[in-house]
Amino acid sequence: MDKLKFAIYWAAACGGCDVAILDINEKILDVAANVDIVLWPIALDFKYKDVEALPDGSVDVCLFSGAVRNSEQEEIAKLLRAKSKVMVAFGACACFGGIPALGNVSNREKVFRKVYHDTFSTVNTDTVVPQTRHEVPEGDLTLPEFYDVVKSLPQVIPVEYFIPGCPPPVDLILAAVTAILTGELPPVGATIASEKVLCDECERERSEEKTVTQFRRPWEFIPDRGKCFLEQGLVCTGPGTRGGCGARCVKVNMACRGCFGPPVGVQDQGAKLLAAMASLVASDDPDEIERIVGQIDDPLGTFYRFGLANSILGRVKS
Amino acid sequence: MVNLTIDDRQLRVEEESTVLQAARQLGIDIPTLCYHEAIEPYMACRVCIVEVTDERGRKLAPSCGYPVQEGMVVRTDTEEVLEARKVIVELLLARAPGVEKLKELADQLGVGRPRFKPDKDDERCILCGLCVRACQEIVGVSAINFLNRGPDRVVTTPFDMPSDVCIACGACVQVCPTGAITLDGADTLIHSELDLGPPKAIHVPFAQAVPNAPVIDALSCIHAKTGNCKVCDKFCEPGAINHDMEDESEEIEVGSIILATGFEPFDCSPLLQYGYGRMPNVITGLEFEMMSNAGGPTGGKILLEDGKPPTSVGILHCIGSRDENYNEYCSRVCCMYALKFAHLVREKTHGDVYEFYIDMRAFGKGYEEFYKRCLREDVIFIRGKGAEVTDVWETPDERGKLVIVCEDTLLGEVRRIGVDMVILATGLVPRKDAVDVGRLFSVSRSKDGFFLELHPKLAPISTASEGVFLAGTCQGPKDIPDSVAQGAAAAGAALSLSGAGVIYLEPIASVIDDKVCGGCKICISVCPYGAITFDDEKKVSVVTEVLCKGCGSCASGCPSGAARATHFADEQIFAEIDGALTEVT
Amino acid sequence: MADGFQPRIVGFLCRWCSYLGADLAGTGRLQYPPNVVPIRVMCSGRVDPSFVLQALADGADGVLIAGCHPGDCHYQVGNYRAVARYNLLMRMLEQFGIEKERVRLEWVSAAEGEKFASVVSDMTEQVRRLGPLNWAAVKQTVPAE
Repeated sequence: MDKLKFAIYWAAACGGCDVAILDINEKILDVAANVDIVLWPIALDFKYKDVEALPDGSVDVCLFSGAVRNSEQEEIAKLLRAKSKVMVAFGACACFGGIPALGNVSNREKVFRKVYHDTFSTVNTDTVVPQTRHEVPEGDLTLPEFYDVVKSLPQVIPVEYFIPGCPPPVDLILAAVTAILTGELPPVGATIASEKVLCDECERERSEEKTVTQFRRPWEFIPDRGKCFLEQGLVCTGPGTRGGCGARCVKVNMACRGCFGPPVGVQDQGAKLLAAMASLVASDDPDEIERIVGQIDDPLGTFYRFGLANSILGRVKS
Repeated sequence: MVNLTIDDRQLRVEEESTVLQAARQLGIDIPTLCYHEAIEPYMACRVCIVEVTDERGRKLAPSCGYPVQEGMVVRTDTEEVLEARKVIVELLLARAPGVEKLKELADQLGVGRPRFKPDKDDERCILCGLCVRACQEIVGVSAINFLNRGPDRVVTTPFDMPSDVCIACGACVQVCPTGAITLDGADTLIHSELDLGPPKAIHVPFAQAVPNAPVIDALSCIHAKTGNCKVCDKFCEPGAINHDMEDESEEIEVGSIILATGFEPFDCSPLLQYGYGRMPNVITGLEFEMMSNAGGPTGGKILLEDGKPPTSVGILHCIGSRDENYNEYCSRVCCMYALKFAHLVREKTHGDVYEFYIDMRAFGKGYEEFYKRCLREDVIFIRGKGAEVTDVWETPDERGKLVIVCEDTLLGEVRRIGVDMVILATGLVPRKDAVDVGRLFSVSRSKDGFFLELHPKLAPISTASEGVFLAGTCQGPKDIPDSVAQGAAAAGAALSLSGAGVIYLEPIASVIDDKVCGGCKICISVCPYGAITFDDEKKVSVVTEVLCKGCGSCASGCPSGAARATHFADEQIFAEIDGALTEVT
Repeated sequence: MADGFQPRIVGFLCRWCSYLGADLAGTGRLQYPPNVVPIRVMCSGRVDPSFVLQALADGADGVLIAGCHPGDCHYQVGNYRAVARYNLLMRMLEQFGIEKERVRLEWVSAAEGEKFASVVSDMTEQVRRLGPLNWAAVKQTVPAE
């Protein structure tokens, strides 16, 4: 049997998802035995033209991590879509936009000004910013276009499967790879994770009187390990986040931040989380309610930490 | 037991009795002034003097405090006794010539004008000490006592200073035989003779009360305030009075509730132009009703404050109703009760009656006919709301009258009509606690403050809360036939709920998808009805359909989308939003 | 500021108070701008912030949420939930750059037909002054074949 062909690409990414693949440790040898990797910029030296040379649909699976925020990333996403049978959005950034999607609170102009001019140690008196094209005597130099908006992968190309997480946990990666290798794939469009939210995996004690009189920040105190974070006044996005990660963060006494994205059937994770946190407020006095709710700093960043690109509003109005 | 003879009649009495008590047992009437059954005798006024012969000889003694002895002989009717009593009364009358009770007693005894000149013409106090003893023995606060001796003796507070211990119970006023003590500022006192003010602490609420037994008003009861008194106990032979009764709180589970909490009469004190509370003989509709009631303070007679019947009465409609400054609505009942009053005044006093009206609302069965009857009875109708009631007279024939100023719109001129008595036809307002009661039962209020019915035409007795019904004026001003009809309707509706055997619920109960629910319990915490419970085995939250009222708070608070508000689910609302914003071309 | 701009405002009205108040404005033949399209919910506590966001993203220039007065909620505390969610939502909308006048929370009782009419008039004018929102949503996910 021919070896399967895999492509692994990173767009607007941190590289963590690629490292997560390596986290399968010795099993990488099994993978190598059964799989031909045709593109993996972090590890292997294939070029884009090698991919272009492949017949369409000849790559069996593409694991695409990172969001799409410039023209090169979009180009390669489309290229890999053409060349791949199965496209997998790999990691929170590809699935929902991830941390890079928080760039949608800004725009190109502001980003460039900050990075290339305003930062303390930068001297750029002519306010030179990257251009897509620059003429030099030897010819034209080009750079990819830096987009105004960050997109998740499904907003750019059709995607068959989603593996969420920042990064995806090893066991999920293994499960996915095994499924691919054995040909026992779930229905198209599926997310390779739990169908329930994180609370299902969380072993903390929960009471039926979930009321918060004060919201606190994680640095303010060391939480009780046995008790639900919400009841201790900490924002935990667990109730509004898909499960399947084994509650890794919760087990080390850190509240969930939502990297597995919205639960089944929910498009906008942030709005639901906002509603849930507000529902915890214990008061019948409108002024007191306003005060308690005011203790949640940066609602946008807290509730849309990973999902801003896929959110209903999508971005901030500049 | 002790044997004695009074006026040649023999009797046996209890050991500790007084001669007066013994005499009363025989039905012999000995006049008293300073004696009160509930208070220790003081023998101050000496009016009860009788001749007593006992082991110490024969003498004159005050019977109210003189203890009986075995073999005592008493005579209440000798010439000596009567002469003595006459002089005593003459002396008392000399001190307090204006006291009616003394004058009556003097007339009875044949006492003429006193030979002695009074110190003060207006003295009313005869120093009987009843007030002092009442305050000390019954009330227990001793706010007043005698001061000085001889001709300077008076009853007052220590050092004549305002008292910090007086509880304004009025006991001294009640026991004073001459009316020398008054209670200042008893604000519901309208006619000082009639005393339409607060009743005694122990009283039968009204003649038709069910059960027809007295109750103790805990707020004005002296025992409740000071721990003393309990005079009612002393006089109750069957010992039926229990001062230690506590409020009992009972929880009763019911399936339906009828609110029939009624109304309050409009308080017309802020309407200074009518002089209520400031000028005498200006009274409200309810006060007139009390006066004309046969069981009322005047026995049904229509009287002015000075005790004489009025020769003319003015009845002003729409006080506080149909008025943008107070209540915009019409109180519905006042036109008819004003007509009733007019009829009663004509019948009882034959005096002139003037009705100052805006419209005559005689909408019910027989009402218009009654209005016509009043017209035939020469009630004078003036179309123009009474603008002012004044005692500032402009012409000689207004002297001594209450002048009603109004614009007679049919004549097109301003008129001044002088009357003896003014009745303000005050309207109906919601009770002050309607806000709290409404919240208790989740019943809201309409603009006028009365409870809001579910539908003004099709559901006038139901409310937004299933199983809570309205009856009577708490829902809006209405008269007795309508209140009775509404009460019967509410009872019927409540009964039909219990009679059905099943209850019909709206199919909007929320549902939780157990394939998605992670068991965070936020919904359980949010539900106002405790309709959601946790299944410990499946580790999911579950809605108890019959308890769910369909508010949807769980659905909007559920971050996983597991909780779904049936018929108001997210996808349905999103579809509505989509439709609402679709451009129609 | 566009001349002749007709703001489109989506109104979430609670079934027991504000919706009846709006009904009363109607039966009372009160004249007021037609710019609010009402969507009835059982309680203001049903209003999920995602409804507000969806309305704005779908082309609404403003959103009105109306419920029972505090203390009078037909479901006891639903309107307090609405207050909490509204407050947090407004802080987040501020971060999104959406003017706070575009999303309003009002208390209108079943007897307040006049108040409903005046709230709608007032809000329509405010949103008219702000101009159209024209929120261009980011392209949605293309479903896989």
